Amino acid sequence: MAILSSSIARKVAMALSGLFLVLFLGQHFTINITSVIDPDTFNSWSHFMGHNILVQFILQPVLIFGVVFHFVMGLILEIRNNNARQISYKSFKGNKNSTWASRNMIISGAVILAFLGLHFYDFWFPEIIHKYVESNPLDATRYYPELLHKFESPVRTGLYCLAFVLLMLHLWHGFSSSFQSMGWNNKYSKGLRAFTQFYAIFIPLGFIFIALYLHFIQ
Amino acid sequence: MKLILKIWRQKNNQAKGELKTYPLDGIEGDMSFLEMLDILNEGLINKGEEPVEFDHDCREGICGSCSLQINGEPHGPDRLVTTCQLHMRMFNDGDTIIIEPFRAKAFPVIKDLVVDRSSFDRIQQAGGYISVNTSGNTIDANTIPINKHDADESFNAATCIGCGACVAACKNASAMLFTSAKVSQFALLPQGRIEATERVLNMVAQMDKEGFGNCSNTGACEIECPKGISLENIARMNREYLGASLKG
Repeated sequence: MAILSSSIARKVAMALSGLFLVLFLGQHFTINITSVIDPDTFNSWSHFMGHNILVQFILQPVLIFGVVFHFVMGLILEIRNNNARQISYKSFKGNKNSTWASRNMIISGAVILAFLGLHFYDFWFPEIIHKYVESNPLDATRYYPELLHKFESPVRTGLYCLAFVLLMLHLWHGFSSSFQSMGWNNKYSKGLRAFTQFYAIFIPLGFIFIALYLHFIQ
Repeated sequence: MKLILKIWRQKNNQAKGELKTYPLDGIEGDMSFLEMLDILNEGLINKGEEPVEFDHDCREGICGSCSLQINGEPHGPDRLVTTCQLHMRMFNDGDTIIIEPFRAKAFPVIKDLVVDRSSFDRIQQAGGYISVNTSGNTIDANTIPINKHDADESFNAATCIGCGACVAACKNASAMLFTSAKVSQFALLPQGRIEATERVLNMVAQMDKEGFGNCSNTGACEIECPKGISLENIARMNREYLGASLKG
């Protein structure tokens, strides 16, 4: 199948996996913001997400696959792109014709990936151990105190905020770019771009606000 | 105007190149960039040195031959012009100008600033044409009604001169803007629809085979294109490609 090895098919695959992760981010933010608004709701929704069979055994593996696929495909594209220009320019003024965010998706992506490592270490692995290794009894009130505990450290809070800034840059280019990759460029594109750029700022800023709020209320 | 030129010199495809410095005096703002290089070469020839090789032909922005990376931008700091249309008034007295060949694996350097852009020709040959009966029964194209928007879009795509600035500007050395312009100019017209499926599949396959990079939608190609070819063409090619792939 020639389509699987073509540059356009790879870009479309990258775009689709990216859009899936963008949707997930919105869902993650919606749950997290409840920790600021109403901790009981946060506990309730977290408990649901942590114990619903559909979420745990279908959506979660699909999400992990989406993240790994997006990263691996991004790496493959980056290697191929670097190979397409083996001798670099002595002078290359990329800032004259494109944004830093658009040219450095691999850098912002790598930082987000490193952040995901920290995020998994902080939340996902302890959660898996708590539920499936230690088989602790159900406790629907433990999520908010655990969340607060993680944001006690100013270093960890700072790292989270830094990662969200890079996420902002990644989304700023990636979200609208995904529609272009899928062939969507028409009279509605200007409005769509405005929405994607609003989303790219609003969601990461929201995550930064949550991290800072949880840190400073302690 | 006095200038310091730093020019890429490379004897042949296999040799290792380097930037060489040439001071130049007596340049006027009304001169074109290529005329400035002509003056440099006259001086080099008079001194018994080898002149700087660079591509040029029409010198009026039509042929797409001139292909120089000037101070980090294809065709230099001006917009919507080729190197031959770039005037020296865009520079200041005492400026240092770095001149390099367009860089891409698919554009190997032949000598100095001259690169082999035959990869573009091979992409064109893979599908950048329509089959028309020329045996005497040729139907006048004007007898087929075409709405103005499509005709204009097709014409705009057809103004691509294949200079390679899009590849040179792209951080990935992608040829998507060129290929998409050549796909679009036919895809938008009824005469081009007949071979549309094979065209886009074959041209994209050839583009990939030549070793160009992937498009990451930075938009640098559109900004640097001397003919203002739009990114909409890339989106159109992506649509055409996905549709053609599903069609088989």
